[in-house]
Amino acid sequence: MSRDFHSVHSEPSGFLRRYVFSTDHKVIAKQYLALSMFWGLFGGATAYLIRWQLARPEAEVPGWGYVSPDVYNALVTMHGTIMVFFVAMPFLLAVFGNFLIPLMIGARDMAFPRLNMLSVWVFFLASVTLLASIFVPGGPASAGWTGYPPLSAKPEYTGVDWGLNLWILALALEFASFLLGGINFLTTVMNLRAPGMTFFRLPMLVWMQLIAAVVFMISVGPLIAGAVMLLLDRIAGTTFYLPEGGGEPLLWQHLFWFFGHPEVYVILLPAFGIILDVMSVFSRKPVFGYRPIIYASLVAGFLSFVVWAHHQYISGLDPRLAMPFSVTTILISVPFSFVVFSMIATLWGGSIQFTTPMLFAVGSLGVFIFGGLTGIFNGSAPFDIYIHDTYFVVAHFHSTLISAVFFGGLAGLYFWFPKMFGRMMNETLGKIHFWLTFACFILVFGPMHLLGLGGMMRRIANPLQYDFLKPLEPLNLFITIAATVLILSQVIFVVNFVVSLVRGKAAASNPWKANTLEWATASPPPHENFEKIPSVYRGPYEYSVPGASDDWLPQDRPLADAGAAAR
Amino acid sequence: MVKTDVMTPFVEAATPPGKTGLWWFLASEIPVFGGLIASYVVLRLGSSGWAEAASHLNFSYALINTFLLLTSSMTIVMAHAAARDRSFGRASLFLGATVLLGAGFLGIKALEYSGEIAHGFTPAAGIFWSFYYAMTGLHALHVLVGIVANLTLWIDAVRGRLARHPHRVEVAGLYWHFVDIVWIFLFPLIYLS
Amino acid sequence: MSSWLPRNVSTFGGDVDGIFWLIFYMTAAWFVLTEGLIVYFAFRFRRRVGRRAAYVTGSGWKQLSWVLVPVAVVIVLDVFLDLRGAEVWARIKGQPPPPALVVRGTGKQFNWEFTFPGRDGSFDTPDDLHVENNLHVPAGKVIHVVLTSKDVIHSFFLPHLRLKQDVVPGRQITVWFEATQPGEYEIPCAELCGFGHSGMKGMLYVHTQQDFDKWLAERLAETDALAARKQR
Repeated sequence: MSRDFHSVHSEPSGFLRRYVFSTDHKVIAKQYLALSMFWGLFGGATAYLIRWQLARPEAEVPGWGYVSPDVYNALVTMHGTIMVFFVAMPFLLAVFGNFLIPLMIGARDMAFPRLNMLSVWVFFLASVTLLASIFVPGGPASAGWTGYPPLSAKPEYTGVDWGLNLWILALALEFASFLLGGINFLTTVMNLRAPGMTFFRLPMLVWMQLIAAVVFMISVGPLIAGAVMLLLDRIAGTTFYLPEGGGEPLLWQHLFWFFGHPEVYVILLPAFGIILDVMSVFSRKPVFGYRPIIYASLVAGFLSFVVWAHHQYISGLDPRLAMPFSVTTILISVPFSFVVFSMIATLWGGSIQFTTPMLFAVGSLGVFIFGGLTGIFNGSAPFDIYIHDTYFVVAHFHSTLISAVFFGGLAGLYFWFPKMFGRMMNETLGKIHFWLTFACFILVFGPMHLLGLGGMMRRIANPLQYDFLKPLEPLNLFITIAATVLILSQVIFVVNFVVSLVRGKAAASNPWKANTLEWATASPPPHENFEKIPSVYRGPYEYSVPGASDDWLPQDRPLADAGAAAR
Repeated sequence: MVKTDVMTPFVEAATPPGKTGLWWFLASEIPVFGGLIASYVVLRLGSSGWAEAASHLNFSYALINTFLLLTSSMTIVMAHAAARDRSFGRASLFLGATVLLGAGFLGIKALEYSGEIAHGFTPAAGIFWSFYYAMTGLHALHVLVGIVANLTLWIDAVRGRLARHPHRVEVAGLYWHFVDIVWIFLFPLIYLS
Repeated sequence: MSSWLPRNVSTFGGDVDGIFWLIFYMTAAWFVLTEGLIVYFAFRFRRRVGRRAAYVTGSGWKQLSWVLVPVAVVIVLDVFLDLRGAEVWARIKGQPPPPALVVRGTGKQFNWEFTFPGRDGSFDTPDDLHVENNLHVPAGKVIHVVLTSKDVIHSFFLPHLRLKQDVVPGRQITVWFEATQPGEYEIPCAELCGFGHSGMKGMLYVHTQQDFDKWLAERLAETDALAARKQR
């Protein structure tokens, strides 16, 4: 039996099997997209409430009412949890990984299609659990998205009982879902590549998804153990994190950040994959330094495991440990500056076409440089004494994560939308969306660094309680207005998305003249992706090859004259 | 399964996806136990009174359990060898033995727990007991999962369906060895120190 | 520009701010350079009819040196920053200088408690002086604050002295500072500690030595009077 064995599967006909309990990686990707967009709206709403509370702490939030300190703490907790675990991860890993990995490697589906379906449904269960946690008596978790014990370990410290238990459960389910997904990604790429698709002919997106999956897999285990311990402290009377019973509060911080820092790269690397793929296509140039970028990303992934204590310089950790972690942290600038310089070099000498996806990709690079550079301030242990737990940190990680999730992810969505849905998105609306988002981003997160330098603490519901923060209030109002416009600008995207879905121009199979295999099949691809599994003759970025007639050379197109050489 | 056409040119593809997947699954399990064990070691080194608490454990139960699990590792290897040779009768015998040994482990574990709880050593009795129940409990859950997997294969073998997917015995065996290896770490860390 | 940070009134605050400006100029230079290149390339290499993109793959040392040379510069700057950072860190968080006054600071939901050793100079004696929320210290003297928490993690933040330290239940953590100017400064809690986190505010009163001695004598007299009344 050949591997085309798969093709005997006909497309399921019932609505449920086709759209709800589907094992098709493309349908599953769209399910993740729908869930992450739902959570994106939810997370955006929490951001709106947080911002207006800070802009006018003693007034009601427009359209909502008075926000009590309890509710405020719950809002910041939910905002962080939702944006990191229920927007960034499903969007960047599950949507693009699921949709593109089989298409890009020339496979008919994932290695374990039913496991794939299981992971999306476990994620759905996690979503339901998190939603339920908001409505149980006692209210939702309010110990911050980092959930530091003892605050999170005993109900009497927060007044939250089952809300926090369900929060832990929702996170555990989410981790399980992405572990299953990661196993699937890795196995699929190892076992199901099309003939000729060697590892060093994989598109960047596939490589970055693989590295992200491995980093996630290794980093999340200790936190799963830690989450079980936290839940036991809450419901079984154990004392892992409670000093009165011989436990250690800092243990959680180690377990959390051993995961938490690599997690940033789990989100960042897939975005890099998207940016590199998009940049190469619209510069009509090969990615500059394909292999070195992969090696640099592996180095960054490795280094992310030895920097976790930079979140804990002043946590009560032995001060002698701070400098070694400061050194490793600042060392991370080396692989990342390599990747960034390579991205800039990819633009050099190109024939750059600023379509919407390219705008978002270049915007993502620009924003990432900004966020990366402000990271140096945080990484330096002595200056972190001052800015730790201030808005400088908030501004920094929003810059890097928004670079990845927002600009990177949207670059990918605008770029692969024709492949996913068979229709083109509106370019004019897309460009307006980009420029508004980009301008508002600068207006929100530039000044936010100044809040942090002014000393404004994170997670305080009312900065007006402090005389030294009162001069910052106009700045807070300004940021809030810009953030509101930022949130409202997303309406343009939603309209563009929905209208294009229904009435967009029909997309050709390869509208951007790109090389990789997903463009070698119809838009949207048929049930088992390819009429016939393509054979691969070259790397993914052979644009503007001297001597070739076109400025693109698809991976699956045999060249009569260069056939032997290219193989 | 004859792979003839050009679609499968890679050596890696000769590995069944189930096996590749299980290796990655184990790679994700190691950090879970690793995190728990590292937390235990670090906290224990940093404070006193743990050895006293540990002296209340029932060492003979743990020793018998170690013996049971090690024996079961042997029987699952023999089941794998039998399945590879396509002698499914023998495979079913060894799979059954593995299931029984695993069940024995859990039974003794239950005796051990109930004895400790009867003496007031509940999970809430102190930090050592918190770790003791979390570590051995998580391990026992893994044993349970392994028993279910092996039992499924045993039923397949008895009903003559194992011939369709004999490599699954190897995959189950990999998992079972992992469960054993975790115990090899837990046993000295908890009972011998 | 210097007004970005609150006024500095501590002896080591200048070092912390110095690190800020060091990183600021370093990163600002990189920011202008990299973003400038992106904008320049975006205009210079935008698509024009008849011009084909250069086939540059970045393989081979010659091409890779375009990025490796700037990366080498990054490494040099990193090392420089680490060395300077280690110096400042060692000064603030290393062995603290001998104290003129030791105070105990205890965080709890949702305020600070400060304990002064009283006349005998030692703690846990009947003349210990307990003060809610207000930390009084003399200027120009090294102060040690021994921090503990009764419940959850708090963070002892003195923005004007560039000092912050998490306060962890089950641990005693000593921090030090030396204030240069008398005045009143706020002590926020910087770590989320529950619904009252935002309002968990203490005050640092930095006095001249003379004023501090006067304040201490008055408070001790008050306590004595209170104790005497109780005995009667």
